[in-house]
Amino acid sequence: MKTIDSEQVKTRLTALIKKCLTMPDPAVTNALEYLRTDSPLEAEAARLIAENNKIAERDGAFCCQDTGQAVIFVRMGDEVYCGGLASAIQQAVRDAYSAARKSVADPLTRVNTSDNTPAIVSVQLVPGDEFTISFLAKGAGSENMSKLYMLTPADGTEGIIDAVMNAVECGGRNACPPLVVGVGIGGVTETACVLSKRAVMRPVGERNDRADVAALECELLKRINALGIGVAALGGNATALAVNIETAPTHIGMLPVAVNLQCHSVRHGTLRF
Amino acid sequence: MNGYKQLQLPLDAEKIKTLRENDLVLLNGVMYTARDQAHKRIAAAIEKGEPLPFDLVNAAIYYCGPTPAPQGRPIGSCGPTTSGRMDKYAPLLYDRGVSVTIGKGVRNNAVAQAIKRSGAVYMTAIGGAAALYQSKVLSCELIAYADLGCEAVYKLTVKDFPAVVSLL
Repeated sequence: MKTIDSEQVKTRLTALIKKCLTMPDPAVTNALEYLRTDSPLEAEAARLIAENNKIAERDGAFCCQDTGQAVIFVRMGDEVYCGGLASAIQQAVRDAYSAARKSVADPLTRVNTSDNTPAIVSVQLVPGDEFTISFLAKGAGSENMSKLYMLTPADGTEGIIDAVMNAVECGGRNACPPLVVGVGIGGVTETACVLSKRAVMRPVGERNDRADVAALECELLKRINALGIGVAALGGNATALAVNIETAPTHIGMLPVAVNLQCHSVRHGTLRF
Repeated sequence: MNGYKQLQLPLDAEKIKTLRENDLVLLNGVMYTARDQAHKRIAAAIEKGEPLPFDLVNAAIYYCGPTPAPQGRPIGSCGPTTSGRMDKYAPLLYDRGVSVTIGKGVRNNAVAQAIKRSGAVYMTAIGGAAALYQSKVLSCELIAYADLGCEAVYKLTVKDFPAVVSLL
């Protein structure tokens, strides 16, 4: 049995969240800075976002005012014990968001919880003594554009392509492109949704290990960038920087496809213990 | 990039007539922040004939909920939020005299028609450029609905605030 100190989890997670909120994925800033486009408007929007990300990093300012709801993924080995973990995660979010926007409210009364908790925590139980915690800041602008499609086996790959294209056509302009498009395929409803969110955390430019899935990622990226939405939805070629697909076995009668649109403010990180 | 057009707020219908779709502009002057909950309250106040937080005639509304102001700054990070969530209220506000709304993303047909009939404009600000927009705000004053926190109405004075003319 491996024992992990929850106090250490709290301290390290707080520091990780604070860093993520002021520094989006440098791969995105880099892609925007060196974007090649024929559209002067798209070029200018890309320049402004790259400048924004540099200002945020330099001044320790929040790169986006929507500092999001905190989404936490825990991968926990069945040989790991971490007493107090649940409270440590929530306290880390409370501490890390003390200077950030409080963006969490009761769904009916809309009364703000005032400390950005609760974080959304999902735990994946795995064999062994692995223990990792990932943080993803999820803003409303992109999360609101997410979709779940309950396809049938007969819909197949063509159906998956149509679903992803539909999600981007419907919501891509509102989700702060250029996007990272996360796609979760398989499992039951929540499996597909969680997979689609895990997918947006894969480093930009990395493909799925499975050749058929990687080919589908490339095909979708090509089609999405032919839509003409462009940076800041001002028209252009850079609608998405990546399409990341994750899969899980599903029921013989099902084909769930979840699409999670991630804005260009890609803010996530992972801690290993 | 060159080709930015300097614009002084407030804008009336005459000045808006000189704009073209996709013009890159730099806004200067006063705008008011309002997002979901502030819109709900303003719409309710209009319906009941109660006083409004600011004069709507020729007003510019910025769909924005800023982060708290750090020490020594008038405002925190303050990029645009998704305009579509305000589509339910925007025709009412345009019909009452609002001449400019600024946000990100697409508007529905009812908003596009309201903009046309009132000679108004919708401008796109760059989503996710909140630290950049923070540097364009000279002053920020809380003027209504303090209990809403970041969703309260703030009066901003801005300088060289970049936007793109999207609907006329």
